Amino acid sequence: MGGKSGLRHWFVWLTLILVSAGCTNPSMSVLDPAGPVGREQLKLIYLSTGIMTLVVLVVAVLYIYIVIRYRERPGQEGEIPEQVEGNKKLEVLWTVVPIILLVILAVPTIATTFNINEKPDPAESIRVNVIGYQYWWGFEYPEFGVNTANEVHIPTGKKIEFILRAHDVIHAFWVPSLGGKEDLNPERNTRLVLQADKPGIYEGKCAELCGAAHALMNFRVIAHPPEEFNEWIASQKSPDSTPQSDRGREGQRLVGQNCIGCHAVENAGYPVQGSTGPTLNAFSKRTRIAGVIDNNRENLTTWMVDPQGVKPGNRMPAFDHLTEEQIDAIVQYLLELK
Amino acid sequence: MATLIILIVVALFLAAILTGGYNEQYLDRVKQNWLWDWITTVDHKKIGILYLIGGGLFFAIAGLESLLIRIQLMFPNNKFILGDVFNQLLTMHGTTMIFLVALPVLFGLMNVIVPLQIGARDVAFPFLNSLGFWLYFAGGLLLNISWIFGGAPDAGWTSYATLALNDFSPGPGVNYYVLGLQIAGIGTLISGINFLVTIINMRAPGMTYLRLPLFTWTTFVTSALILFAFPPLTAGLFMMMFDRLFETNFFATNGGGNATVWQHIFWIFGHPEVYILVLPAFGVFSDVISTFSKKRLFGYHSMVFAVVLIGFLGFMVWVHHMFTVGLGPIANTIFAVATMAIAVPTGIKVFNWLFTMLGGRIRFTTAMLFATGFIVAFVMGGVTGVMLAVVPADLQFHDTYFVVAHFHYVIIGGVVLGFFSGFYYWWPKIFGTFLDEKWGKWHFWLFYLGFHLTFFPQHFLGLFGMPRRVFTYEAGYGLELNNLLSTLGTFLMTAGVFCLVFNVLRTVIKGQQAPGDPWDGRTLEWSISSPPPEYNFAQVPQIRGLDAWWLEKQEGNDRMPPAEPLGPIHMPSPNYLPFVMTLGFFISGLGFVFHSIEVGFLGLAVVIVTLYVRSFEEDHGYHLHPKELEEGVNGS
Ligand code: HEM
Ligand SMILES: [Cu+2]
Repeated sequence: MGGKSGLRHWFVWLTLILVSAGCTNPSMSVLDPAGPVGREQLKLIYLSTGIMTLVVLVVAVLYIYIVIRYRERPGQEGEIPEQVEGNKKLEVLWTVVPIILLVILAVPTIATTFNINEKPDPAESIRVNVIGYQYWWGFEYPEFGVNTANEVHIPTGKKIEFILRAHDVIHAFWVPSLGGKEDLNPERNTRLVLQADKPGIYEGKCAELCGAAHALMNFRVIAHPPEEFNEWIASQKSPDSTPQSDRGREGQRLVGQNCIGCHAVENAGYPVQGSTGPTLNAFSKRTRIAGVIDNNRENLTTWMVDPQGVKPGNRMPAFDHLTEEQIDAIVQYLLELK
Repeated sequence: MATLIILIVVALFLAAILTGGYNEQYLDRVKQNWLWDWITTVDHKKIGILYLIGGGLFFAIAGLESLLIRIQLMFPNNKFILGDVFNQLLTMHGTTMIFLVALPVLFGLMNVIVPLQIGARDVAFPFLNSLGFWLYFAGGLLLNISWIFGGAPDAGWTSYATLALNDFSPGPGVNYYVLGLQIAGIGTLISGINFLVTIINMRAPGMTYLRLPLFTWTTFVTSALILFAFPPLTAGLFMMMFDRLFETNFFATNGGGNATVWQHIFWIFGHPEVYILVLPAFGVFSDVISTFSKKRLFGYHSMVFAVVLIGFLGFMVWVHHMFTVGLGPIANTIFAVATMAIAVPTGIKVFNWLFTMLGGRIRFTTAMLFATGFIVAFVMGGVTGVMLAVVPADLQFHDTYFVVAHFHYVIIGGVVLGFFSGFYYWWPKIFGTFLDEKWGKWHFWLFYLGFHLTFFPQHFLGLFGMPRRVFTYEAGYGLELNNLLSTLGTFLMTAGVFCLVFNVLRTVIKGQQAPGDPWDGRTLEWSISSPPPEYNFAQVPQIRGLDAWWLEKQEGNDRMPPAEPLGPIHMPSPNYLPFVMTLGFFISGLGFVFHSIEVGFLGLAVVIVTLYVRSFEEDHGYHLHPKELEEGVNGS
């Protein structure tokens, strides 16, 4: 595509004026793709923007000229302009030119649509099952027997085949900087193939209205170099859920009483249990709580006492009937889950 | 429920007592009351005015809702309106704007103007016309009382299953959506049929199809679309109602249903719906632009052809709302190409409008400002539409603010500007007074600049990763400035609308008298007095060409040549049955909303009784006689 760099300049320029300077975190922008799928899509976005800007410009120039030139001036009130019926040549012209422009657009559209939908070679790719719940994300790695939630780790440079399914209502899986979205339906699987070029954290969102906390149904894609990814998988296979301190031991007991109806914790000394909420395996390694606030002691305490204040509409009850010490013990234990 | 009935009965008693007691004269007094006159009217011009009032009322409500939404989104992590309440505002804003504002205000213009443009004395079915309005109004009312009784729907205006089903939306919210739209939808369907028959059957002698003004043409095509698009909606709403009330599991996946089917049904209706909205606006522009350029429409035939083609293609593209559903690349590309194809006839129209102005004498009245402002805004909305048809790109755009920007560009840039243009253009015809031009221009500029300021930045919000239908966003991703600008724009638009309201109030109180043909018009409606007499045309006019009235004026005539001698004119009588029947539907709807099957059927019983009464009614209307008409004869 020849005119691409010109277009890119145009976009960057517009972006610069329209973005508040300095504070842009690029990991959520369609305009800054970090993988081949997003790049292909961006190419088409540029191509179509280019063609369409051209159309708008042609219309705008004609329009401005006409509006200025043929304004009724004082003294012309009585005049009657020539009543033109039409002009076959012109009308054919503005039927044919758009058709040509659309063909230019349609051909790469069709090609890319088929390309990005191709099923990757199983030997070359990793499969991740994504299950959408109101309002959190479950991730399973069937090849490794590993489960996690709200944060999905992937190796760079490899195709990831996400198999998507909704547990309750329709959600949509969207990581803007890696590539376009796909719905999670309750009745059948869908597929989305993405790939990240370089390590980093990419923000993901639910893009289909799914209820009260839809706006906060976030997740993160965390891309590692392949070796680091393998280490992560290994650590997830046998998460270390033994408490490290007295307080943590107390926390373990309380989690067993209060939490595992909904949350699962492996290797913690009790049956793995519930899937109403995200699994808590290796919780200390998560960067965020519920996809919305940073994972630290203070935030975790706030979350336990008032989850609705943090993520309005989510399905976790407040544990404000526990004493401060008890909450603190639970928090301590969660932060010890590796 | 019971309290509601008691309240109504008490109100009736109070009304009777306060107006002088219930006695023999009571019914007479009621019949002379202005309210009774409006409730029972079957005059298409009055019904048109009712549509304008109803649409205006709902516009105020939905506008307020959008203002609240935008205030919440003004700053990142704002805590003004969250969660369910936000979703309710969002749903009600969208639903109200689409179903209760955009189409009804256009119906208002159509009702008054179309019969005048084709030289008819009335519409084909005056009784149905009145019924159509009341059903629309009752449906809208039912939807909006949800705010007070039991909670508004919150599953989005598209109300996707399974979110909209009982398991995930318990409570009456979505019931209001299903039943309110069902009732309003029957009204729309009835009105559509009425316009179709009117345009086919009631044209004055010589008014061939290829002499119809463009506004009538677009009304015709829109009505045909209504005829084909609303039945799927009706069916879909019934299925969803049955899923919610009787657990039929059409869409409930845990009962073996299929949620994707709802999306197909909804969009098979929903996509044509946007053309139903925008085509009449095209008609308004065509009329306004040719009038204020003093030129005949450039390429009339291709304009008509384009309208029909757009109408047809409108039914072929619904899947472009579903590119992310996972239907596969074959389905997606077929619908992508079909969607792109619509750009061609739309382009034809835009260039024809431009060339109509070329070589003309353009007068920038407020109506013309709105019309020319539309061209730019609509083209911008149209091109982003083509961008959305590029499937891989749409996987990024879909359900983001880019889409919000796109459809507001089309709907406000097309439909709302179109309506405003028509409103300023035809106001003198409808009410016989002039809206103030100075306030009109304030209205235009505030609204127009506010509109661009609100929605242009939203394209970037989408590209920067902001999904639509979210009540919050985080700082630090470049979303702050654009959101702030967008909200500021909304305030400007609101200020514009206040100018309009002020203008209307001012004009109602002390408007300047308008002559029959204030703009040097081209079409038939300008050949009679403003406002038109009850019977429109004392003698049905003879049409001799396109732009019939302009033609006569060019030949030095000051009135249309009559196609018939002066004679008695048949008029339909006012009728209260449409109102009563609507009351039945309303009660029935309210009953089903609250799972009260008895009340539901009670309401339906009222409907059936009124149907029965209507079937055996022996009122053939009345005649106005030429003597009474003498002074009202076709003068301008
Ligand atoms: C007064 C100017 C308006 C403003 C400021 C405005 C603003 C908004 C906002 C902020 C949203 C929510 C976007 C989201 O989060 O997805 C929205 C949605 C919507 N608006 Fe408007 N709007 C306006 C006028 C209109 C008009 C005139 C129409 C149609 C006739 C309309 C139709 C819709 C629809 C259909 C939705 C989608 C609702 C849904 O997602 O269920 N709006 N609008
Ligand atoms: Cu979701």
